[in-house]
This record gives sequence, structure tokens and C-alpha cells, in this order.
Amino acid sequence: MSVIFLVLPLALLIVAGAVWAFVWSAKRGQYDDLETPAIRAIQDD
Amino acid sequence: MDCWQARMFMTNVAEPLSPAAAIEVACAHCGLPVPAGYVEAGEERQFCCNGCRTAWAILHEHGLERYYELPDRRDQPVRSSGRRYEDFDHPAFHTLYVTTTPAGISRVELYLEGVHCGSCVWLVERVALVAPGVIRAELDVRRSLATVEWDPVATPLSAVARTLDALGYPPHPFRGVVRERLRRLEDRAMLVRIGVAGALSVNVMLASLALYSGWWSGMEAQYARFFRWTALGLTLPALLWPGRVFFTSALAALRTRSLHMDLPIAVALGAAFARGAVNTVLDTGPVYFDGVAMLVFLLLCGRYLQSRGQRAAADSAELLFSLTPATARVLGANGDVREVPAEGLVPGDVVEVRAGDTLPADAVVESGESALNVALLTGESRPVNVRTGDQVYGGTLNIESRLRVRVTQPGESSRLAGIVRQVEEGTRRKAPVVLLADRLSGWFTGVVLVLAGVVLFIWMQIDPTRAVDNAIALLVVTCPCALALATPLAVTAAIGRAARRGILIKGGDALERLAHPSTLILDKTGTITEGSVSMVRFDGEDWVKPLVIALESESSHPLANAFRQGFGPTIVPPVTFSRHVIGSGIIGRVEGHEVIIGKPGFVASTIGVDANQPQRGDGLTEVWIAVDGKLVGRALFGDAVRQDAAPSIRRLTSGGWEVRIASGDSQGVVDSVAREVGVVAPGALGDATPEAKLAIVSRAAATSPVVMVGDGVNDAAAIAAASVGIAVHGGAEASLEAADVYLTRPGLSPLVELIEGSRRTMRVIRLGIWLSLGYNVVGVGLAMFGLINPLVAAVMMPASSLTVLLIAWRGRTFGEAVP
Repeated sequence: MSVIFLVLPLALLIVAGAVWAFVWSAKRGQYDDLETPAIRAIQDD
Repeated sequence: MDCWQARMFMTNVAEPLSPAAAIEVACAHCGLPVPAGYVEAGEERQFCCNGCRTAWAILHEHGLERYYELPDRRDQPVRSSGRRYEDFDHPAFHTLYVTTTPAGISRVELYLEGVHCGSCVWLVERVALVAPGVIRAELDVRRSLATVEWDPVATPLSAVARTLDALGYPPHPFRGVVRERLRRLEDRAMLVRIGVAGALSVNVMLASLALYSGWWSGMEAQYARFFRWTALGLTLPALLWPGRVFFTSALAALRTRSLHMDLPIAVALGAAFARGAVNTVLDTGPVYFDGVAMLVFLLLCGRYLQSRGQRAAADSAELLFSLTPATARVLGANGDVREVPAEGLVPGDVVEVRAGDTLPADAVVESGESALNVALLTGESRPVNVRTGDQVYGGTLNIESRLRVRVTQPGESSRLAGIVRQVEEGTRRKAPVVLLADRLSGWFTGVVLVLAGVVLFIWMQIDPTRAVDNAIALLVVTCPCALALATPLAVTAAIGRAARRGILIKGGDALERLAHPSTLILDKTGTITEGSVSMVRFDGEDWVKPLVIALESESSHPLANAFRQGFGPTIVPPVTFSRHVIGSGIIGRVEGHEVIIGKPGFVASTIGVDANQPQRGDGLTEVWIAVDGKLVGRALFGDAVRQDAAPSIRRLTSGGWEVRIASGDSQGVVDSVAREVGVVAPGALGDATPEAKLAIVSRAAATSPVVMVGDGVNDAAAIAAASVGIAVHGGAEASLEAADVYLTRPGLSPLVELIEGSRRTMRVIRLGIWLSLGYNVVGVGLAMFGLINPLVAAVMMPASSLTVLLIAWRGRTFGEAVP
């Protein structure tokens, strides 16, 4: 059970990575337009 | 220039066939039937106009024919304006709208007309392949906003603009760039807060879950301690970063001595966190971190959705502003003409406005005489004659001849800019039901804080060890967020859904008033009827028609279009001379014949016969045609009833609405329209001046709510006076100024949709209010009697809020989006 002392901080590190990735993408405008990319994807040839 | 007009100018391109060979052929580009006169024998592809031919050629040349196979392409004709876009290359234009990257790439945001479906994305973004020098083109389909990056060395922006135009998307520079940028940053910051709060709260929840299960099955103290500290460590940043907004606004409320809903939220967050932290340090009892973190996350989500919804109407107003011209032709002291950006105009500048140009600012006519299309401002489809000394407004279109105007109100002080501002302000206006919820939650806040004090005091006497826990449980469980957030969220969600169906609602109050049937007064022209004139009858011989069309193609008068529609395509002979007589008609020379078209009185006096014309009582407009001094034809123009008018009115009447008609047209016309759409006789009033309409509405509004539906400037006063004013499609985008609701789709069926949607929205709101009130009463009762501890309260709170918010957000108010 004591493995939790290692695993939990590791999991939190992964969370930190995910949060960083989200903040990075939000600040670069990835979520500014949520409609057009959906259309673009099905039409690309 | 639309296809119809374009068709008139292309006689030199198409070899007409004999009418006998004509069969129905579809245009290879827009899919509309090709007029018999323009079918080219032996050609595989046929086109209805030059615009379509150009667009097809561009697509074909670059191997983009796949456009025609795109599944969601709508068979709508493209609209090419044929402008040259030379102003797009002006240095002043570039300083205002164009940004340049260090690598020498220029970038501009353009508002495109005519974006309506997914295939537009495909086509616009392929401009980079079509136009040399364009590096990237990206389209935001919801706002019709294209971002174009190009190499200024390789190509001028005007060339790019012409390509977009040829494909059917006339571009305009987007004016609100700075505001848009700020808004975007604000949006991103909000998203970041939500993301961080979400990640933290979910992980706090996991840690808490471990603790809960430890309660039932037993857990070693060291693990419990570890999970407590983990939860504390995750909740602290959630409070300090995303959650800070609640504390700052609660502080602001304290400073202004008002009860804001953020106040109890801040108190609850702070108290629960403090209690949890104390328990963590003491290593005993429950921690409330999961509730704290989840509350922050949910509240932020609610606010984000709310602010996004409010934006739709403001966006559309801003885009409307982009339609006014970007540059103006200023006359210098010695008669030279300089092209300057519209923003650079100052009062006193003399501006030249050519026929076909849009006025860049509010001004007074210095010299010249012309007719203006003021539909953008007033919704009046008939052109307005102006002469020296008349006030004219920015955004209106000069139709007939050149004007010199002296600028009085440029830029932000113009009438159009004022309208845009008013629309934006209107979106911030709150519905009474939202205000009620706000007031309720203010009271609620006070009551909850007092009750918490009472609970603390009483339990101190009964059992001091449980006093603090019970008070916190009460604070946590009675979170007013369901009450204060669910209502505006429901209103906002409904407004957002309505906007996607072409119904722009300025304030939530309109929804509330439309939910109960009352009196509905409809304007006739443009509301029940099409609002545009079409030819009802023509008495005359066929050989006259080409002469008429040829001469009318020199004119942009609405009747000119009605002539073209009425006569259908024919071979157009060349016009050697034409002259407009303002307010009367047009005289010209076609194929050696002298042709006069105009009002009966004007034509009669010109050819020297007795007019002898009785006043018409049926609302039709009569136009006479004379060739070489002889009267050869008469045409009657009228206004047809919309197809969906009768069923829509039947539906409203059966829903309990009292439908009436008020029109400026003569009583005879109004009666016949009323019969056609099923409005009973006393409810149809003709000969109503704007003042009379206002009087009817005010009189009716004194006793019960009145809804006024109209389109023109003549309805504006009545629309403003009504409980709810509704402006319909084709009318003035500017009747937005007076109206609470603007229907962007033609016809009356959006009106039915609006009224039924309003009723459903109010039902959703009432359900939400009752649910959250009931929940809070139960929660307070349980907490006061010490029946729940803060832990249970912390689980109950987000669960209940989530239910109420979900009901508000997903409530079936308006239907699916229409493109």
C-alpha cells in the first residue's frame, strides 16, 4: 500500500503536465473558434 | 451585382438561341435555371451570368471542381460585387487593418459577405491555391471572418480581394479588431481558469473518495493524513488562482455595501477551506476540499457559458458596422480628390460620393441631387430623394448620381455607430426574471449569513463541538448559485439558441413578455407581404419589353428590378443616351427610339397627352411607357403576401394571441390582405400614419402588453412604444435600434418560433427556480437541526447545482440551428 506515496505524486505530475498543455494551447488560441475546424476536417482532401 | 443584373450586361458574351430550342438548363456554377436567351448551343456547361462563369473558370483552372460535389453545398447563387477594391491597397488602409510579421508577411482580417455553409470554408481556404502570393486563408464560419496572410511583394491586397469577390464573397475590412483582440484574451484567460479548476477539483475529488471509503472500511492514519494533505495541497491553488475572482468580487461588494451572490460563495469557500485546513492540521474529522474545489469549477463554467452567449448579438452588430465603406473621397481646396480612410474624416470635410458608393459618415448635401437607399438605417425599401441641404447618414447607399456632402458626424459619433453601441448595450440588459433572481439571491445571501450566525449561537448552547460544523454545513448547502446562475443561464442559453436560428434577441425581458399571449400588431408592408414590388400586370406589346429592360438596366431603382423580373430575360439592345428625372422617371434613347418610362403624369406631360388618371385605390403602382411620343404600355406593380403569413397567423390566433394589422396603406388594400391571412375585419386598420400606429400601440399598451412587429422607419416609434418590438427581415438592420428582437429570416414563421420558444424558456426558468428554492429550504432545515454534517452538505451542493444548471442549459427552448 505504501506505493501510494510514490504513485500519487507521479500521477499529480502527469496532471501538471496536462494542465500545462491545456494552458499552452488555450493561450495560443486553439479554442478560439470551435466550429470551423469541425467542418474543415470532414472536407479536407 | 446579383445574377439578374449581371445577366443584363452580358449580351455580348452569350449567343442567344431561338426560343424554340430552349429547354430548362441549370447553371454549371450556381444551379439556377439558365435563361433561354443565354443557352449556348453545343456547350457542355451553361452559365446563368458572367459572375458564375468567372467563378467556375477560377475553380476549374485550379482543379477545385470538387467544390461542386461537397455534400452540404447549398444551391445558392453567388453574388459578386464586381468592385475593384483599389482602396484595399491604400497605405492608410494598411496602417489601420493590416499587421506585418517580421518575416514580411502581411495579415488582415476580412469580413466576408455570403458565407453560409460548410463548403464556404472549403472554398475560401483554398484562395491560397487560387490567388498567387496568398500564403494562408482561414475562415471562422460562425462570424464570417477570414484571416488572410499574403506576401505583399508578390501581390497587392486588392487582387486577393477581387478573387474572393469573384468567388462570391465580397470582403470588407473588419473594424472591431482591437475590441475583438481584448475579448479573445479575456476568453482565453477564462478558459485557462476553468481548465485549471477542473483538473484540480477532479483530483481533489479522487483524494476525497479515498478518504470516504476509508471511513467505511477503515484506513490507517498515515494514509488518511497523506490524502488530507494532498487534497489541501490541490485545493489551495484552486482557491488562489481560478477561485480568486470570487474573493475579489466579494470584496468589491463589501466595499460598495451591497449583497452580491459572490459574498456567500466567498464566505462558504473561505469557511469550508479554513475548517478543512484546521482538521487537516489536527489530523481529525472531515475536510471539505472536494466541495470547495468543485464549487469553484462549476461556478466558473456557468459564468463562461453565460458570457459566450451574450456575445452573439454584439458580434453581429459589429460585423454590420464593417459594411460601411473603409475609405472616402475627400475633395481638396483646389478640387483634387484624395482617398482617405473613413476613420480619418473630420467634421467639415467635403466628400464626393459617386453613384453606387456608400456614404462614409453622417453629412449634409453640399451640391447634387440623388436618391439614396436608406434600407440599412430605416428599412424603407423605396429610395429617398435628397438635394442640397438635406441631412444624409453614413451607411446609406447613393443610387442615382454624384453627390458632394459636407461631413457632420464622422466615425464613432455617426448614427450607425450609435446604433451598433445601442445593440451592444441592449445585450447587457437583464430580464426582469433575472433581476428578480439577482434580488432574491441578494436577500438570500443576507438570510443565509444571519441563519448561519443563529445556528452557531444555538448549537453553542446545545453542543459546542458541533456548532461550527453545523454552521458550515448550512453555508455550504445553501449555496445560491443554482438560484442566481440557473436563471440567467437559461435566458442566455435560449438567446444563444434563438440566434442560431436567425432570431436575434436583445434582452431577456422580451422572452418573458412574449411567453404570455396578448395583443400582436403586425405591419403589412414587408411583414405580412414580401415588401418588394413585383409586376402584377403589363398591358402592352412584346416588342416594347427589350426597350424597357435596356433603359431600366441604366437604373438601380427598385422598379427597374421588378421590370426585369417581370419580363424575364431578353436580348438587350444598346442604350445610347439616358437621363433620370428624379422622382418621376427615366428618359433615354434605345436603338434609335426615344423611350420614356415613369409616373403616368410625368409620361403624359412629356409626350403631351392628357394624363386623365384616377387615383388608384388598390395600392398598386402604375407606370407608363412611351416610345417615340406614343403611349405603348402600362405596367402595374404591387406587393405579394408572404406564403407563410396565413398559417403563422392561424397558429398564433389558436395560441391565444389577438392578431391585428396596422398599415400605412389604404384601407382597401389592408382589408384585402387581412382577408387573405385570416385577420377579422375590425382588427385591420389602414391609412395609419406613423403617429396613428404609435397611438394604437400606446392605447393598447396602457391596458395590456402589446407586441408590435414591423420593418420600416414608419414603424419605429410604435416598435419602441410596444411592450416588445420586433423588427423583421429585410427591414432595417437599424430597426434593431428600436426593436427588442430582430428576425433575420424572412417570413412570419420565425415569429411563431420566437413566441413558442419564449414560452418554453419561461417554463424552464420556473422549473429551475422552484427546484433550487425547494432544495435550499430542505438543506437549511437539515443543517439547522444538525441532521447533515458539512461533508454531506459538500456532496449535496454540487449535485443539486449541477442538476439545476443542466436543466437550464439543456432546456428545449428553441430548435436546432439553421444555416
